[in-house]
Amino acid sequence: MAYDGKDKVLEEVTGKSYEFGFTTEIESDKAPAGLSEDIIRLISAKKEEPEWMLQWRLDAFAVWQTMEEPDWPHLNYEKPDYQAISYYAAPKQKKQLNSMDEVDPELRRTMDKLGISLEEQKRLSGVAVDFVMDSVSVATSFKDKLAELGIIFCSMSEAVKEHPELVRKHLGTVIPTRDNFFSALNSAVFTDGSFCYIPKGVRCPMELSTYFRINESGTGQFERTLVVADEGSYVSYLEGCTAPQRDENQLHAAVVELVALDEAEIKYSTVQNWYPGDENGKGGVFNFVTKRGICHRRSKISWTQVETGSAVTWKYPSCILKGDHSVGEFYSVAVTNNAQQADTGTKMIHLGKNTHSTIISKGISAGNSHNSYRGLVQIMPSAANARNFSQCDSLLMTDTSGAHTFPYVEVKNPTAQVEHEATTSKIGEDQIFYCLQRGIDAEQAISLIVNGYAKEVLNQLPMEFAVEAQKLLSISLEGSVG
Amino acid sequence: MLKINELKASVEEASILKGLNLTINPGEVHAIMGPNGSGKSTLASVLAGREEYEIEGGSVAFDGEDLLELDATERARAGLFLAFQYPVEIPGVSNINFMRAAVNGKREHEGLEPIKGKDFLDMVKEKAKLVELDGRLRNRSVNEGFSGGEKKRNEIFQMAMLEPKLAILDETDSGLDIDALRIVSEGVNAMRSPERSFLVITHYQRLLDYIVPDFVHVLMDGRIVRSGGKELALELEEKGYDWIKEEIGA
Repeated sequence: MAYDGKDKVLEEVTGKSYEFGFTTEIESDKAPAGLSEDIIRLISAKKEEPEWMLQWRLDAFAVWQTMEEPDWPHLNYEKPDYQAISYYAAPKQKKQLNSMDEVDPELRRTMDKLGISLEEQKRLSGVAVDFVMDSVSVATSFKDKLAELGIIFCSMSEAVKEHPELVRKHLGTVIPTRDNFFSALNSAVFTDGSFCYIPKGVRCPMELSTYFRINESGTGQFERTLVVADEGSYVSYLEGCTAPQRDENQLHAAVVELVALDEAEIKYSTVQNWYPGDENGKGGVFNFVTKRGICHRRSKISWTQVETGSAVTWKYPSCILKGDHSVGEFYSVAVTNNAQQADTGTKMIHLGKNTHSTIISKGISAGNSHNSYRGLVQIMPSAANARNFSQCDSLLMTDTSGAHTFPYVEVKNPTAQVEHEATTSKIGEDQIFYCLQRGIDAEQAISLIVNGYAKEVLNQLPMEFAVEAQKLLSISLEGSVG
Repeated sequence: MLKINELKASVEEASILKGLNLTINPGEVHAIMGPNGSGKSTLASVLAGREEYEIEGGSVAFDGEDLLELDATERARAGLFLAFQYPVEIPGVSNINFMRAAVNGKREHEGLEPIKGKDFLDMVKEKAKLVELDGRLRNRSVNEGFSGGEKKRNEIFQMAMLEPKLAILDETDSGLDIDALRIVSEGVNAMRSPERSFLVITHYQRLLDYIVPDFVHVLMDGRIVRSGGKELALELEEKGYDWIKEEIGA
């Protein structure tokens, strides 16, 4: 007999309607659909950008027009019509804000619904939040406090105007415009994002956090994030994402570049909860993101991601370990349900000597979804004594879901040590029954088991985020006692 | 406490329990013995509410309630505990958090607030003493990497934490060495009380030297075919089951 109880619970746990599916009615300043040089000029003009920035965008657009959308991922979706998308939607609220009181009450309510009221965040967790809604940063808190240490944390638009020398020096250096189809598109049309600079030897005293949220219907969101950690500095950066519920697909093609100079450390954590579409696969966000960091001598970049949303995810946060003794880490939990598809993983490119990388990937597939890990570990001839450890685990919740692993390893230096472990398992009916027999209800049982499975990754998240991630995986008290 | 009347159950269309009758009063310890395949573990699974088993007839009253109407979680919260023959490993979930979820589930059922952290830890310390479960095992993932004896001690620790009305021990003695058997049995004996009943399923009389039953039943081909006092177990140990088979003409 089939274990009906479990299926029912799975449905309840994973089949919940999208809690963040509300739209905020703020008058929006939206560009007509389509992409052309004129639209790019419009975006640049709206943002009052300098000439070099406009030129950079136009160059990217020229490159993009020669490129084709990739079809190598293990994904099946209708490719977006890039001429049907509006590339700019800014809430009509132009003037620079000095305090939270000046923020539109509608926007404030949106933030409240998201549970990330800036005041609360300020008061409770000491997190500086740069809130990006439809690509324009609406409020940045804690700026003064950070400024005392010389830390720059602002919207990308502001950085282009206020810190052009830093932006020009680093923008596009880790992910060149022509890197891929989506990064080229982003380079041409990005509307906002965050910029962060940590000066030499400074340890950023708080977690820096950005919330992204797609609001306007028929808009794409193209954020551009650049984090530069100067020599010997440290920063932990958090990124959270939600999107309102809509029938049509929304496009999200972000680019995140990290630069860790000598002996610097960047920890970049993401909790992605974009709208995944309904149970039949209608609607949802197409999440095509390029994230990469470059590590100079003795520096470290650590990516942690909890991916639960989006209809289609295409994302490979990567590290170029250029400097000797540099370290790259990738910790990932990717959950797919219903008709969701995820093709995610990392690339660790070892160039420097004694470079180390660690990859821990945990995929969880439910419903009819497909979840793929795709990773590349590349040890170049110059990378003497490089080491990598990869562990890729897949957990299947149903008979109709799929888990796939595509690990690529290229070793061009004989002194390298590369280890790869992979497992695939089905959630155990015995485990669930054991929990039930102890008086734990089925929903909590699944939550406990799934969280236990993903624990190695969840433990990497900063406290504030771990809580949210745990909620997202509908988790209980794991890790709070003992 | 427990009244089983003409219980019939099957798994994958094979009939296993064929009209089983058993009554357990508060404070009593009943032992069930029987040859392999007689339905002992099926009985434990059916009582605990495993869904693979199809109930085909009969009734089970537990503490005045219709047990068969409750799902597995509700049965546990109502005070029915099963010590598993093969305790399950749950990687990444610490024993102590697992128990906290279980204790709070029971408290919710009783209309109580979730237990406070300190009270919970005090309770863990006290109950762990019963079966000599040290801190290392309490903080490890549930049963992961535990030896056979450690797993069984963990079962009894969980039983002590949940203070059930009826505890079913399914071949708790299997895979135990003499020392572990003694520790587990002492843990069980410490929990005997006029309000708490036990159903001990075992192959061997040896366990019953430690946990002395009030009644011994022989289960054969899905029915209880003979009942007696603790001396019945000794007789079975000596003579095997064949003489009963002959007597009942099976």
